[in-house]
Amino acid sequence: MAMDSGAPRESFRLSMLLYDSRYRSLTIQIFAFFVLMFGAAWLVYNTKTNLEALGKPFGFDFLWATSGYDIAQRPIEYSSTSTHARAAVVGLLNTLILAVMACATATVLGVAAGVLRLSNNWIISKLMTIYIETFRNVPVLIWIIVVSAVMSESMPAPSAFRGDDPAASMILFDSMAFTNRGVYVPGPLFATDLGAMFGMSDLGTGLNWLLIIAVLAVAFVINKAMLANATKVQNATGTRPVTWWKSLALFLVPLIVVLVALGFHLEYPELRGFNFSGGIQMRNSLLAMWIGLSIYTAAFIAEIVRAGILAISKGQTEAAFALGLQPNRTMRLVILPQALRVIVPPLISQFLNITKNTSLGLAVGYMDLRSTLGGITINQTGRELEGMLLMMLIYLAISLIISTVMNMYNNRVKLKER
Amino acid sequence: MKKSVFLGTLATAALVAGYASATTLEDVQARGSLNCGVSTGVNGFSAPDANGVWQGFDVAVCRAVAAAVLGDPMAVNFVPTTGQTRFTALASGEIDILARNTTWTFSRDTDLGFTFVGVNYYDGQGFMVNRELGVSSATELDGATVCIQTGTTTELNLADYFRINNMSYEPVPIETNAEAQQQYLAGACDVYTTDASGLAATRASFEAPGDHVILPEIISKEPLGPLVRQGDDQWADIARWTLNALIAAEELGVTSSNLEQMAAGTNNPEINRLLGGEGDLGAMIGLDAQWAMHAIAAGGNYGEIFAATIGEATPIGLARGLNAQWTQGGLLYTPPFR
Repeated sequence: MAMDSGAPRESFRLSMLLYDSRYRSLTIQIFAFFVLMFGAAWLVYNTKTNLEALGKPFGFDFLWATSGYDIAQRPIEYSSTSTHARAAVVGLLNTLILAVMACATATVLGVAAGVLRLSNNWIISKLMTIYIETFRNVPVLIWIIVVSAVMSESMPAPSAFRGDDPAASMILFDSMAFTNRGVYVPGPLFATDLGAMFGMSDLGTGLNWLLIIAVLAVAFVINKAMLANATKVQNATGTRPVTWWKSLALFLVPLIVVLVALGFHLEYPELRGFNFSGGIQMRNSLLAMWIGLSIYTAAFIAEIVRAGILAISKGQTEAAFALGLQPNRTMRLVILPQALRVIVPPLISQFLNITKNTSLGLAVGYMDLRSTLGGITINQTGRELEGMLLMMLIYLAISLIISTVMNMYNNRVKLKER
Repeated sequence: MKKSVFLGTLATAALVAGYASATTLEDVQARGSLNCGVSTGVNGFSAPDANGVWQGFDVAVCRAVAAAVLGDPMAVNFVPTTGQTRFTALASGEIDILARNTTWTFSRDTDLGFTFVGVNYYDGQGFMVNRELGVSSATELDGATVCIQTGTTTELNLADYFRINNMSYEPVPIETNAEAQQQYLAGACDVYTTDASGLAATRASFEAPGDHVILPEIISKEPLGPLVRQGDDQWADIARWTLNALIAAEELGVTSSNLEQMAAGTNNPEINRLLGGEGDLGAMIGLDAQWAMHAIAAGGNYGEIFAATIGEATPIGLARGLNAQWTQGGLLYTPPFR
């Protein structure tokens, strides 16, 4: 115990815990900690006792029981004979698919809207103001339901495409169909399946895609080396070798070779029976969630981008102009890189918001994690507490992963202080 | 702080269960009203009328229980629940009884911790399609898009039926009957499936009911009935015997019009016991002697309720079918009042 050497040494008395300001804060903290722990223990104990009284012991066994329900949008093999755990995984994948799509679209829309709101063109900037103020001030659930209702009420039913003189027709050379059940687009198919060839057919066409990604990654690395070499030549001789056609060839030639080798072709949707089949169906529920979340969150991202750009002092632009940089290069090379350090941290929150808002999917029948594990599974098995806990943990994990990745990115773009 | 919020959430259900530890009957009597879970709106079964007063076949069960327990059929707080929220609402004590065309199944009765107090409507799952589609049997539905309310047994039956018949379908999960109606009418699904009674009720509210046909296949047994939390046998008895009293009243010919006269005393001792003239049945379940009389006075006997809410004279137009008295070839059969 560190004491003032000059002060008279006072022996410790119990009452000092309360009356001596040196110890009092410690006493209060320990007391508060015990109260908190006691409260927590009481809640856990009470939960356990009451659940047992209801005849519902705590456990996760229900996850391995047959689910019994079907899910329309299933990224992996799933049927009503699969387990609840598998249904939860399907829901999780649907959540992630939607989150990634919505984050990407919202970022693109948001950056565009944010930059355009600063435009010198009066009409454009006012239009963007109207867009931002309308969309961010109405709850996202309402936008989702509006999009869903507009699509199911205004688009033709698949039966309208039937007959010799159909009321509706497919667009883009008969490759896409807009119906009130969703949008049908051509889907990619491979004549050769690497998975089947190597006896790993449960992966589906996963190996094919892996090969394509690998080819692109190699092309990316070689391209980077080539560009670095070009910069070296430029630094040494003052003239930059022309590289664009080499880059293009580097990406396209191997990709086309691989696609041809695998027998890549498109499968067009076709009206069969009640519905279109073949190709990829983007269901109304997915589209409504995607569009609703994107346009809503984009309005927030636009404001974040605008704030980031305005945070860079005018002097930076003037200095860039003085060096002879064009306005678009000024934006790209001077303003945006500096603005990013203001933009990225709040952008993380928006990505987290999108991910969490995907749980509104049930409103339009999108089978995400909340609708499968947190909805039907809980309802059929009666395991509310376990299901909710599991769902909270999963959302927590997803959110923490997103923040970690985005923080890593933030550390790269933030101002390097020397 | 975060931790305490987390644990608070964790134990909310337990807390609510803790507060409801007095018997349900005492709670209801102290409150002076019955909390009854109903659907968010199925015409004929439970829906508010033009004056905002809840009306319907399931609502009548709530009113009868309220009349038996409190003497006042209007002392009911109706809590609209969806297929997803109904069980949580009952398990947590938010409602005292759930009368929301809910199917009596093994796992709901045992694993979910509820007690079904009887069957007030014997139903089965059916399909409704637009007449234009030209479908005459459910076996022709391969590849169809099907609107379905999530959190129901119909969801599971549908999956089983299509799997057994080697057919595929595209489920469109929906939360409430109203949403399903909108999606179905917009053509976003080819088929709407739910209990046949619900289909009839929904179709009756369409602008052109004749354009829609209910397919002949009934793919499941759906005994619909009111249910209460497991563990309070007295409360379950009250709900069970109130329902039985309505059924027995029809069997014994006690109606809302001759109720007063019958209560004064009859030659039939069973009627006398039911209406409190003889014996002390009320006291055995913790109620007054006139409990059954109040319950019957609320909306009449089972047959009168059926005829007034979903019977053939109403737009819903359901025949008694399986729901006739056992003496008429139906399944309604109440244990004796003695």
